[in-house]
Amino acid sequence: MSLAADRASRSLRLTALTKEFATFTAVRSLDLEVPAGSFFALLGPSGCGKTTTLRMVAGLEVPTSGSIHLGDDEITYEKPYRRPVNTVFQNYALFPHLDIHENVAFGLRRRKVKDVDRQVKEMLALVELESQAKKKPPQMSGGQQQRVALARALINRPEVLLLDEPLGALDLKLRRAMQIELKRIQTEVGLTFVHVTHDQEEAMTMADTIAVMNGGVIEQMGSPAELYENPRTTFVANFLGQSNLIAGSVASAEGDVVRVDMHGNQVSIPAERAHARSGEGWVGIRPEKVLLAPAGEPIDAPGNHLTGGIVTDVSFVGVSTQYLVQMPWGQELMAFEQNTGRRAVLAKGTKVDVSWRPEFSFLLPASQDVNAGVLEEA
Amino acid sequence: MRRGRFTGYWLMLPAALWLALFFVIPFYSLLATSLYDPEGSVLTGYDVTYHFANFVDALDDFWEPLLRSLWYAAVATAICLVLGYVLAYAIAFKAGRWSSLLLVLVIAPFFTSFLIRTLSWKLILADDGFVVDTLQFLHVLGDDSRLLATPVAVIAGLVYNFLPFMVLPLYASLEKIDGRLIEAAGDLYASPSRGFLKVTLPLSKPGVIAGTLLTFIPAAGDYINASLLGSPNQRMVGNVIQNLFTSTGDYAAAGALSVILMAIIVAMVMVYIRTAGTEELV
Repeated sequence: MSLAADRASRSLRLTALTKEFATFTAVRSLDLEVPAGSFFALLGPSGCGKTTTLRMVAGLEVPTSGSIHLGDDEITYEKPYRRPVNTVFQNYALFPHLDIHENVAFGLRRRKVKDVDRQVKEMLALVELESQAKKKPPQMSGGQQQRVALARALINRPEVLLLDEPLGALDLKLRRAMQIELKRIQTEVGLTFVHVTHDQEEAMTMADTIAVMNGGVIEQMGSPAELYENPRTTFVANFLGQSNLIAGSVASAEGDVVRVDMHGNQVSIPAERAHARSGEGWVGIRPEKVLLAPAGEPIDAPGNHLTGGIVTDVSFVGVSTQYLVQMPWGQELMAFEQNTGRRAVLAKGTKVDVSWRPEFSFLLPASQDVNAGVLEEA
Repeated sequence: MRRGRFTGYWLMLPAALWLALFFVIPFYSLLATSLYDPEGSVLTGYDVTYHFANFVDALDDFWEPLLRSLWYAAVATAICLVLGYVLAYAIAFKAGRWSSLLLVLVIAPFFTSFLIRTLSWKLILADDGFVVDTLQFLHVLGDDSRLLATPVAVIAGLVYNFLPFMVLPLYASLEKIDGRLIEAAGDLYASPSRGFLKVTLPLSKPGVIAGTLLTFIPAAGDYINASLLGSPNQRMVGNVIQNLFTSTGDYAAAGALSVILMAIIVAMVMVYIRTAGTEELV
């Protein structure tokens, strides 16, 4: 058996990986490289193929075609118990007949490792459960079981640790705490983590790189900031946070600026953020980048300035106020204003001007569905 | 309504009556019978004379069929466990949509009388039946060997008759096992056989305990299989008790032997449950 005891971990590479089930294709020709030591998130709505991808890496599902490599070794058809890969299962799958100590020791005992008890104690200390070693899993809370599941996988020092919605069963507060904890542990142990989740906030909080999956393919891959600030598809724009997408047509594309005519308003978009260079398109702008001011008052964002808006809805959420502003062409734009106290909250019915800095907007091809990824947003 | 101090006891009444009717009274009657004067007969009547020597006499006279019963029952239980486990495992994990049908088939023999089914085994294992013919042709059996009237036939009968009592509790406990636990074992470097030994088998322990008890206890007291498929050389304690009660009319010896069998089984079961662990059973 080749196991990554002390060896440096290698990158995980999926090539044209495909999985077809009897009635549908779960994963279509997926290409992906996860660098060694990174925290990688596969993000997407349920049914997008992210869990199937993970199970193929774990060896629990056999790919229809394509290959999986760890460094230079192909592991596509390797049995799960021969792969240097471990999984933190959704709902944990802890062994109910074994106590916590033996649950964590399970992998080491199967590999006939020496010194099991000391390693288990150290691992339980890492997840702060030393005092619970003699308990059985059903006697523990969800958060504790989650940490046992993590310890049970981590103790084997896998080259790749797979996490299948590991925080899905926890309540919001505990989830936030565990997100920070997981990130801390990953940094500490330096292993490659591949994390599957449908929670975009969770993915953005923890991952170095996110691959957004939809319908069995990767829509876009990059750092959280890159995906958020410069989405390439309407799905990513809507699934990762929220976006205003406004129909427009390209008027000119010269140099590093694309100018778009948007219902009679000229707006400009930096060329590297324009994913359509001619014809019709969707101008995208994140709600928190949209600035509002009562009609005629100055707004400190030169460039894209629209007039004639009317506030139709105001919801005060403490740190920010969320507005819906109806534009002259009928569309309602979302705007989030930080409650810095610089300006009073605008009342419903107020006539407003709307503006945003050109460098925050993006342009997507009109062929994409403007509502893709909206409903799936949790 | 006022709740008296004795409400709790009144609520226990149905259960207490049930136990009295179906356990205490028959057991008392059996115990009394075991202490009859051995001189009594159907003609002269029987008296309870606290004749404890009945137990010693019964052990003296019938220790051999008693041991044989425990031995046959143990062998039959072991065979049932292996066969039953394979069957229950296949139904629980491999049968898919056929599992309900297979379960019905496991129970199907109960639609016919126990006696008829055992009698038909007599035909199957008969000296000129196809089983013996085939085994003789293959030289597994000698030309003048037979199956009927051998321990093999009696144990085979016990296995056949009690197999469903093994399969059903095993299936019930295997079916409850979360498939993800088996995946997790594989993910944690357990080969399929290791995973079975370390996860599936321990998790099916309640079924193993229930199944072995449900098979061993009735098999140890059985007399139909030995009387239809065996000869006097395969006589089990059930045959002796039946004979003493119905033919010789020696109620005292029959009663004493019954009590001894019961005591042995209770003692064995208690030791078994102690060592096997019962937290899941109770």
